Amino acid sequence: MTDPLTNGTSAPLLDVRDLRVTFDIRRDGDMPWTPSRHLRAVNGVDFTIHPGETLGIVGESGCGKSTLARALIGLVPATGRAIWQDGTDLLSLNPRQMLRYRSDIQMVFQDPLASLNPRMTVGQIIAEPLTTHRKGLSRDEVKLRVKQMMDRVGLLPNQINRYPHEFSGGQCQRIGIARALIVEPKLIICDEPVSALDVSIQAQVINLLDDLQRDLGLALIFIAHDLSVVKHISDRVMVLYLGKIMELETADEVYANPQHPYTQALLSAVPVPDPARERAKRIIPLEGDLPSPLAPPSGCVFRTRCPRAQALCAEKVPVLTGGHGEHAHRFACHFPGPLTAAEIEARRGVAA
Amino acid sequence: MTMIDREAIERLGDNMAAQEVAGRSPWADARRRFLRNKAAVAGLIVLMLVLAFGLFGQHLAAWNNEDLDFNVMGMVAEKGQPSIESGHYFGTDELGRDLFARTVQGTRVSLLVGIVGAAIAVVVGTLYGAISGFAGGRTDQIMMRAVDILMSIPYMFVLILLLVMFGRSMWLLFLGIGLISWLDMARIVRGQTLTLKNREYIEAARATGVPGWRIILRHIVPNLLGVVAVYATLLIPLMILTESFMSFLGLGVQEPLTSWGALISEGAKTMNYGTLWQLAFPLFFFVITLFAFFFVGDGLRDALDPKDR
Repeated sequence: MTDPLTNGTSAPLLDVRDLRVTFDIRRDGDMPWTPSRHLRAVNGVDFTIHPGETLGIVGESGCGKSTLARALIGLVPATGRAIWQDGTDLLSLNPRQMLRYRSDIQMVFQDPLASLNPRMTVGQIIAEPLTTHRKGLSRDEVKLRVKQMMDRVGLLPNQINRYPHEFSGGQCQRIGIARALIVEPKLIICDEPVSALDVSIQAQVINLLDDLQRDLGLALIFIAHDLSVVKHISDRVMVLYLGKIMELETADEVYANPQHPYTQALLSAVPVPDPARERAKRIIPLEGDLPSPLAPPSGCVFRTRCPRAQALCAEKVPVLTGGHGEHAHRFACHFPGPLTAAEIEARRGVAA
Repeated sequence: MTMIDREAIERLGDNMAAQEVAGRSPWADARRRFLRNKAAVAGLIVLMLVLAFGLFGQHLAAWNNEDLDFNVMGMVAEKGQPSIESGHYFGTDELGRDLFARTVQGTRVSLLVGIVGAAIAVVVGTLYGAISGFAGGRTDQIMMRAVDILMSIPYMFVLILLLVMFGRSMWLLFLGIGLISWLDMARIVRGQTLTLKNREYIEAARATGVPGWRIILRHIVPNLLGVVAVYATLLIPLMILTESFMSFLGLGVQEPLTSWGALISEGAKTMNYGTLWQLAFPLFFFVITLFAFFFVGDGLRDALDPKDR
């Protein structure tokens, strides 16, 4: 198998190989010598991201999207490799060494208000990464840069002394974006940045991210459970299920030609803003809940809910295949391809 | 009709945009809510008056707190009662000393004990609890077990032993009260820190690489201060009570120094001889101060935590 990277056009900004995050779970009342159980939140994920590219990550609640983001930024311990542009493995660094890279990778959080300290002014909040990473700056210089950044993200710079509770949700998210951008990062991880906002505000924030990305050449990792948002902003989309990649391909391709049954089920559940088409639409029902990541199914993790599952799926773990290269369409399924109407109907009968 | 001067309006707009708008901090909000609470404001005024009495009362006193009034000596019940013309506004104690001056002195000592004890609790307890909660894991376990061990020692017994062994001194009393007062505070603060620790703004700071001590000082402690302030106002009366109890047992501050507890103790001993004022005046100050502190504490809690009700 050739390395998918060698076919790529440019060196990747971040090359993630076999990323795993495992939590040790101890139940209440366990004896100290009881072996703890392992929860594999992220279970062997490989992907690359190039400068200026947007990678969308979608999946159900609890599939490991946020944990993946937190692992990349070093908030939860992870194993595997995450090779930065300059060849350093970010996951092997100690906190002191990691500090250098923290200004290159910033994060935008889900809940805009909760991600801002209520006792600090907006100016202090936005300046914090700057005062942490650029220690030589004078007070005036910091203030000037904060004001420029506020202007850049569409906030009035004269609001610098206000507190977060005096802003609306959309404005708070702009503050969060300004805080992430102030140290001129190369990669921004957005953990569901718009899911707590109104639809109209969502569009504003997404367009802002889009503009900033174009102007500053940022790479974005965009996590969301709203597929239409991801389609709008992403170059490539990664579909996660129980901590494993189900499908990874360009955004246009994933929406036009999904191969993995799980992707098809997810896409069929996207609401269409047209009552006639919405009623005519065929939703592929997924039975039951996400299986517990404490005891994932054998073989393909999706097989318990897959309309097409067969004996082979329980025995063999499907590997991510389907072409190489930067923009290859890759999926992890033994029986890929669009689901037929008969398969969907059969599934509906079971679900009903 | 005059045309609106477009240029002037634009200049006005530019000026307004250039001026930095002052923010309304959560503290300012809390202050406004506190000032609307009548009971708390009344409590605060009473505390101010008691404090002023302690600080400046000796200038009003006609007598020094150490001088004996030989006219009264031996006939305290008949001649020592409170009166304006004799200069003993609160009467005299058993030895003929002016009770007004003594009460001023007692107020000072009692408030000092309360404030020093609470200050130790706030500083040590907050930092200890915040560090323990933020560090988590084994550090947290060890630090909290140390608190548990200290808490399981019957401190009143130890304090009495200390005072008996090393003699009565105010510093030993401060030390003893300070040593035990921070334990509860540390526990409360640790609990609060654990809930704060997983907030997104703390994660944001950690993701940016803000050093741990700065996260504690800039992000955790300011968000804890509400709880700490409330608990501290309730802790001051507790400290005063503890000191008074020690003094009542005869182990507290030593003559010629005195405190509310010591004065009440003396007053209670002579209750049956018809000199009720010796008990009444110190007790009055003691009671109003405790009430005032509790009202202020309640007001602070409501002001700082409006969602709690």
